[in-house]
Amino acid sequence: MPPSSRDDSFEQVVLPHLDAAYNLARWLMRDGVAAEDVLQEAMVRALTYFASFKGINPRAWLLQIVRHTAYGSRALNRGVETVPIEDDDATPAKGDDPEAALLRSRECRQVRALIAALPVDLRETLVLREFEELSYKEIAEATQTPIGTVMSRLWRARQLLTRSAAAEGLP
Amino acid sequence: MSPPKREPMPGCDKVLLVQAELDGELDAAQAAALEAHRAACAICQLAQAELLRARDLLRGETYEPIPDDVRARIMARLRQAEPRTAPTPTRRRLWVFPSISGFGLGAVCAAAISLLILLPQRDDLAGQLVAGHIRALQPGHLEDVVSTDQHTVKPWFDGRLDFAPPVRDFTADGFPLKGGRLDYLDGRPVAALIYQRDKHVIDVFVWPQNGAIAHLARDTAIQGYNVVHWATDGMNFWAVSDLERAQLDEFSALWRKAP
Repeated sequence: MPPSSRDDSFEQVVLPHLDAAYNLARWLMRDGVAAEDVLQEAMVRALTYFASFKGINPRAWLLQIVRHTAYGSRALNRGVETVPIEDDDATPAKGDDPEAALLRSRECRQVRALIAALPVDLRETLVLREFEELSYKEIAEATQTPIGTVMSRLWRARQLLTRSAAAEGLP
Repeated sequence: MSPPKREPMPGCDKVLLVQAELDGELDAAQAAALEAHRAACAICQLAQAELLRARDLLRGETYEPIPDDVRARIMARLRQAEPRTAPTPTRRRLWVFPSISGFGLGAVCAAAISLLILLPQRDDLAGQLVAGHIRALQPGHLEDVVSTDQHTVKPWFDGRLDFAPPVRDFTADGFPLKGGRLDYLDGRPVAALIYQRDKHVIDVFVWPQNGAIAHLARDTAIQGYNVVHWATDGMNFWAVSDLERAQLDEFSALWRKAP
């Protein structure tokens, strides 16, 4: 990386969004190792393409690359599957330091497992909205999806989440 | 905010606006109009309760920053990737060498110049195209939409790209269409069309012309893969295949003269 600290350098523009990129990779891949692979590839791509980046929203741009890399990954399971709640490996808690994992309440783990069990298109939309706090327009940009579809995916994601939470007997 | 065309919501088409309001996506006038409707709509009231419940469920979730060890590995990987984009030491040494020797200067300069021409190409578009093609040949990577029908493949790209790639079928000429997928090249999403000639797979990468890369466009061969470029209908086309050159030229000629 160039040691430049200019306002328009990769370090200044893209690296501040590394946390966001990591989170999206984690939620998409549902596995710490696969997520790190995706993140590595995505960041190298971002570095390669940075010269041609002329947009105004580097976070949506980076998340789009992460998403594209994840979708190109053999490790991405596109299907719907049940993630057992008791299985810690299935929640995105793997790789965390043990203390933080201990502090996380059982309910949080359950909710995380329910999110992880959502189909990938609903999951990514929900994560971009709730955790990355992207606007509808930014989500549409990052996922290259019409805004109407973003809205209905969000709706279905939230509905599935509340209904499965009720089925699990969450308070 | 207009309601989506697909997946109609049960009961009331304003439900997504209720959601948009909770997400802070409505302006004051829209919110006021919605409020008037919601007061009289039991479905929207239920929807709001359900959405608030979802918000409650997610309230305990905290944003997890990237762990330090992962960050460190990513940064190391980025530093490794840097020499591909920055001038390489090899190149600099080559420039020093002739001045030391002062001997066989012409030959050395020629070698240096050819290296200067060759080095950037590793990262250039043709290299990316071949890399994209090879990546796509890995099991399960080739097609996102599997269809030999151009009228299935073409609409599949709608909403996935900000342009509509032309899709043609050349089955009658011995190049049947196999499907399509999205790829990412030159810093933008592109369409990839997959064709077949006997046992050989042909990838056709398509994206709108922007003039910037027209001067780079030249046919080439990398790692045994032929790369052929043409431009029609305001689109860039790059065909990549291990098919022999003459046949790939035949394929591109079909495209160029297609109506």
